[in-house]
Amino acid sequence: MGHKVLMKGNEAIAEAAIQNGCLHFFGYPITPQTEISEYMAKRMPKVGGLCLQAESEVAAINMVMGAAAAGSRVMTSSSSPGVSLKSEGISYIVGCDLPCVIVNVQRGGPGLGGIQPSQADYYQATKANGHGDLHLFVVAPASVQEMATLTGVAFVVADKYRTPALILADGALGQMMEPVEFEVEKKTDLPEKSWAANGHGGKRKKNIINSLFMDPVDLENSIKERFARYAAIAENETRWEELMVEDADIVMVAYGITSRICKTAINAARAKGIKVGLIRPITLWPFPSAALKKAAETAKHFMVCELNMGQMVDDVKVAIDCARPVSFYGRTGGVMPSSEEVLAEIEKIAGGLAK
Amino acid sequence: MFILPISSFFPHPPRLLIVAGHFGAGKTNVALNLAYMLKAEGREVTLIDLDIVNPYFRAADAEDALRAAEIQYINPPFANTNVDIPVLGAEIQRVFPMLEQNPNASVIFDVGGDNGAVALGRYHAELTRLGAYMLCVENAYRPLTDSPEAMLENLQEIEAYSRLRCDAIVNNSNLGEETSAEDLLNAMPTMDAFAALAELPILFTTVCTPLRRTDLQHSLVKSPVLEIQNYTRKLF
Repeated sequence: MGHKVLMKGNEAIAEAAIQNGCLHFFGYPITPQTEISEYMAKRMPKVGGLCLQAESEVAAINMVMGAAAAGSRVMTSSSSPGVSLKSEGISYIVGCDLPCVIVNVQRGGPGLGGIQPSQADYYQATKANGHGDLHLFVVAPASVQEMATLTGVAFVVADKYRTPALILADGALGQMMEPVEFEVEKKTDLPEKSWAANGHGGKRKKNIINSLFMDPVDLENSIKERFARYAAIAENETRWEELMVEDADIVMVAYGITSRICKTAINAARAKGIKVGLIRPITLWPFPSAALKKAAETAKHFMVCELNMGQMVDDVKVAIDCARPVSFYGRTGGVMPSSEEVLAEIEKIAGGLAK
Repeated sequence: MFILPISSFFPHPPRLLIVAGHFGAGKTNVALNLAYMLKAEGREVTLIDLDIVNPYFRAADAEDALRAAEIQYINPPFANTNVDIPVLGAEIQRVFPMLEQNPNASVIFDVGGDNGAVALGRYHAELTRLGAYMLCVENAYRPLTDSPEAMLENLQEIEAYSRLRCDAIVNNSNLGEETSAEDLLNAMPTMDAFAALAELPILFTTVCTPLRRTDLQHSLVKSPVLEIQNYTRKLF
């Protein structure tokens, strides 16, 4: 496109996927992410790709596994309950070292929960979106523009390290509209998919893609090799944004839509003379621990803000070796805090620090 | 500066309006603006949220403000809750006899995007009998309707689903809060070409504050210009 258009976050993910060469999309409708499927259904036939509504989330993730095994750039999307259903398939995809992109436009949980925005799948996304020793590369966009940009990043990192990448968004980002410009992630140094099961044509040995190991030592070795790749991801692909951290007494830590609310609150607090800054993790795994550790040298207090009951708090405490107090403010169940609410919390903490 | 009353934009007194158009084109915001403007002219306004597509960002966000402005507001019984079931409330039915009895009444249907217009089918007989005036709201900066041909396809889809014909186009081209006057002018040729293809008039081109009507005093702008506010709920 090369010019700005006005899109919903969900649509921006879908368009960015197509522009980044995604030719297969398997989905199943669930609010608040159904626009991704709707958009794919309209656009994929026009670019020679395939959008298929599977009979369930479980079917969709297994179709993703098949397309990824054949070497295609492939994506699926869902919202919280649907992502839980996909967990088994995600673990198999990890076990097979297949690249793909999974989107979770979070809604309130647990269970069927609700359809309003949430960030309550942080634990699931960053700790165990499936069984076994595994990580996913997890990005948390905070704008419609980042919904597009980070979709490109997710595909590149997935291909480069042969890992599933997860886009952890939320209903607000999925539904809200902002201007967006598309730019394709151009990576020429991506390895050939020599492992793909796409027909050997009698020219090479057959490729077998499998997550079952007969010998536990073989399985252990495969996991260790995968964890060496995870170390490389942590080394090369950790992303975060810092805002007014240098002189901050209070450092807020927030990602996704919550970081937008925090930015408004931080500007209001700065206008009142409170020295507060923000570290926004853009990748949730790997977590930007080094940035937090550095901030702990000067900051007096860390304040985590999320749309859940404080799932990121422990990651912040570990990152800073519990060197500073870490407090939490958030709303959950589909309720969004206002910037005024967040500002009131900042003022409360600032009052305590002054004593 | 003299500003035309909203009624004068329409060929007849606007009594029964349908605001349809592409998903995300800004139908709800146009409908809210029309409701407030018609109310300001002394009409008795009822706004009906017929959107069975969108889970968030609906007219229900403005419910308190609408009631404060004494605009009757009929929304789906479970709008903005976790009940993910689109329902057309029985209350909607009462507006049709009201329109027949009260010449000062204006009813606005805020319809869901694209095939969301299928919800109008339920009221087809009344809408036809009472001569509903259907607007097709389009935004040239929406990627799936960024050409005259794509917009025409969208309009035809809406007409097929609603079994009604659109009467006029609303040019609601914008890039959200980043919109510049230049962006609005750049969209004009596309919208004019769409209107020509559809053989429909552009009833008005919207300009959202802080931009003003005067920002669109340009030879490219052939349609009337309507200044509107952005009533979309702000999250941060």
